[in-house]
Amino acid sequence: MVKLNVNGNTVDVNADGDMPLLWVLREQLGLTGTKYGCGIAQCGACSVHIDGEVQRSCSVPISSLKSTDKIITIEGLSSNGDHPVQKAWLALDVPQCGYCQSGQIMAAAALLQTKPKPTDADIDAAMTNVCRCGTYQRIRAAVHSAAGSNGNQG
Amino acid sequence: MTLRKTTTNVSRRRFLISTAAAGGGLALGLYAPWPKKALAQTPLAADGSEVGAWVFIRPNDDVVIRIARSEMGQGTLTGLAQLVAEELECDWKKVRTEYPTPGQNLARKRIWGDMSTGGSRGIRGSQEYVRKGGAAAREMLIQAAANQWKVPAAECKAEASVITHVPSGRQTTFGKVASAAARLEPPTDIKLKDPKDWKIIGKPLLRLDTADKLTGKQVYAIDVKLPGMLNASIMDAPVFGAKVKSYDEAKAKAMPGVRHVVKVGDTAVAVVADSWWQANQALKALNIAWEEGPNDKVSSESIQAHLQAGLDAKDGTFIGNRVGEAGQAIAGAAKKLEAIYFAPFENHFTMEPMNCTALLTADRCEVWGATQNAEGGLAAAAEAAGLSPAQCEFHKLHLGGGFGRRGRQDYTTKAVLIAKQIPGVPIKLIWSREEDMRQCTYRPVGLCKLKAGLDEQGNLVGLQMRVAAPSILASAAPNRLDKDGRDSAAFQGLNPSGTEGRLGYAIPNLLIEHAIRNTHVPVGFWRGVNTNQNAIWLESFIDEIAHAADKDPLEFRRKLLANSPKQLAVLNAVAERIAWGTPPPAGVHRGIAQFMGYGSYCAGAAEVAVNDSGKLKIHRLIIAIDSGYAVNPQQVAMQTEGSVAFGLGAMLYQECTVKDGRMMQENLDTYPMMLMEDFPKVEAIVMPSGDFWGGVGEPTISVAAPAVLNAVFAATAKRVRSLPLKNTKLT
Repeated sequence: MVKLNVNGNTVDVNADGDMPLLWVLREQLGLTGTKYGCGIAQCGACSVHIDGEVQRSCSVPISSLKSTDKIITIEGLSSNGDHPVQKAWLALDVPQCGYCQSGQIMAAAALLQTKPKPTDADIDAAMTNVCRCGTYQRIRAAVHSAAGSNGNQG
Repeated sequence: MTLRKTTTNVSRRRFLISTAAAGGGLALGLYAPWPKKALAQTPLAADGSEVGAWVFIRPNDDVVIRIARSEMGQGTLTGLAQLVAEELECDWKKVRTEYPTPGQNLARKRIWGDMSTGGSRGIRGSQEYVRKGGAAAREMLIQAAANQWKVPAAECKAEASVITHVPSGRQTTFGKVASAAARLEPPTDIKLKDPKDWKIIGKPLLRLDTADKLTGKQVYAIDVKLPGMLNASIMDAPVFGAKVKSYDEAKAKAMPGVRHVVKVGDTAVAVVADSWWQANQALKALNIAWEEGPNDKVSSESIQAHLQAGLDAKDGTFIGNRVGEAGQAIAGAAKKLEAIYFAPFENHFTMEPMNCTALLTADRCEVWGATQNAEGGLAAAAEAAGLSPAQCEFHKLHLGGGFGRRGRQDYTTKAVLIAKQIPGVPIKLIWSREEDMRQCTYRPVGLCKLKAGLDEQGNLVGLQMRVAAPSILASAAPNRLDKDGRDSAAFQGLNPSGTEGRLGYAIPNLLIEHAIRNTHVPVGFWRGVNTNQNAIWLESFIDEIAHAADKDPLEFRRKLLANSPKQLAVLNAVAERIAWGTPPPAGVHRGIAQFMGYGSYCAGAAEVAVNDSGKLKIHRLIIAIDSGYAVNPQQVAMQTEGSVAFGLGAMLYQECTVKDGRMMQENLDTYPMMLMEDFPKVEAIVMPSGDFWGGVGEPTISVAAPAVLNAVFAATAKRVRSLPLKNTKLT
């Protein structure tokens, strides 16, 4: 039995310690907004926040987590989809298929925590999630919009 | 990355208890259960009235529009709803959508028509009958109100879901008369609006399906959860066509959570476990041995030789376009050119890997999946289950990408074949990313030899184009081959006539041929299909010819397009936007291309820079599309932007190579995607000229790569003829 703190709730999880957090979230906790894409921490569809830092949950075994680690998934990012990043995504109609967008939003939210006014170069460096539909241009615009920054720096 | 090992070993029983406890997540507000939503979909929305097949109206005035096609990101759901809503005269803010199932379509004699979604046909293939569906519902609602008021229907009008009796000013709403309207006979004589009167079609409205994609609430097939469901991971023969010889069932069965190890046909083995991750771990422990076969020795090199032979062969070749005597004209030309181009196999890499959930009992099969062809999915499920389609149902969900891959039903078949061996238990089959990349229907590899002849004045007097490549239709849809075996899809954008993909250039002597050279690798429809390679080959070579003739690539094309005004218009639009003919910024170079596909006219212009170490930076890409009508110009722009990532990702980095009969690339570490950092500034010029319905999801991909490749030539004097570009040094 492992205790995890997910979206502000302490939950008991019964699973192999080497099971990645992704599958615990999806299968045991029903938090299916976090997606499986590649399983090797490259695509970013499984991105969550652990103590405020964006991490790729497909490659985080639950044995590496403490009950005090605060895990936030897309479902816990805001109570009503009203995080500034989510609002910017909605206003700019960013998603196409949408499958990668939970991860994109989590990555963007983490970026804005550390860099409230990111430059284009900051966005390039931080937003390494794959979008196969190619929504990058609108993601970039939405990050700037959420930050209230213009798009012409860096 | 290696996962840390642990000594924890949870018993199956404890896992089950924890699964049950996870249901308690409901109380924590953590857990949005799937079945509730599933039931809401089946049968179709219940609390209201169906007014004709396409429109369902609730007492609170919500309008539910039925969407027969598949939404996979391309925005068809919103566009189709706009078409219906335009004629219905409903309040757009009250519009919702739902997918009818293929089982319901079958039971109602295909009242919703074709449910397949491919070839950029979602909107153009159904625009007329869905608009008529909206118009019929409007007439029925007006008639119901008129009956209630005992006035002639001609004195009433509908606007924004409100019906008004014009002489008296009396009003009612759609929701109030819907149940009476539902009992009326639909009108047969329906007149559609003049496009100049459109209020919803042609407007850049926001998509209807965005909100849930931002909160994790959107349910994709991979998110389906059913009571008692188990999870499966599968491995099929990595050498296409090979069969399972043996595997270590006992070892896999002893692993945590594992419930079943099942053979799937002759070619695959699956592990079924409590958790998908457990199933996939155990799958790796199976150590499956495969029967040796004739394909074990096939390699990219042997395929290349096979194609090479096709470049000059007389057998197995088919003509796509012929004017005059190209061979003779080139032989007698003052200046001759010849070049060979290459494009590799490519994978769709939908972000959501192939998956499907199936539940079988003795006389019923239900499937939850993501498909571009719901009726095909239903048929595949029925066949695999050994039941009639009437005993089956396919619940279609939003697709986490399709790109042509989900037109094939192999993953549905596999899920049903597994579930059939475990009756009464819902089985969710998810392909690992590695399995997804090994078991694709790949974009075909191809070689193309081009020859051209110029006269003394630099006029193009003859062009020959011979493609040697596998046939997609032969692999994916043999019933669509011509009687003589010709694959008409090979000539996308190169056809002499027709509205689908006509070669715009007037060339006095021309011969375009396809030498079908199939391999053991299954090939299929990959977003843009053959327009992608055809455009790269032809538009790069036209650029070569222009330079050989010492002519400006834009002017050279303009002259050849003199009789193709729509092609010329998109070409001129990108040339003007990029200021062709004026000096570009220092170190920046330009390239241009045009092509027609899916009934739409496209052109692209690129600005690139290549630094001293040969690193390419694509600064800017202008893409114009004339799709006749643009139902939602913002969605057309989004498709245009997105198509750039698809086309350029393949052109720059991606290749699936073959060794020992199998695909060597199994994940992103060897098959990288275009990321934010490399994505250029894209400007879409959406320029619908009216009077025809062209496709949008695919055609613009084709011009992105050749525009960039031609700019790379301008920058480096290097003509990249073998893709992906990463294999060519630009220094």
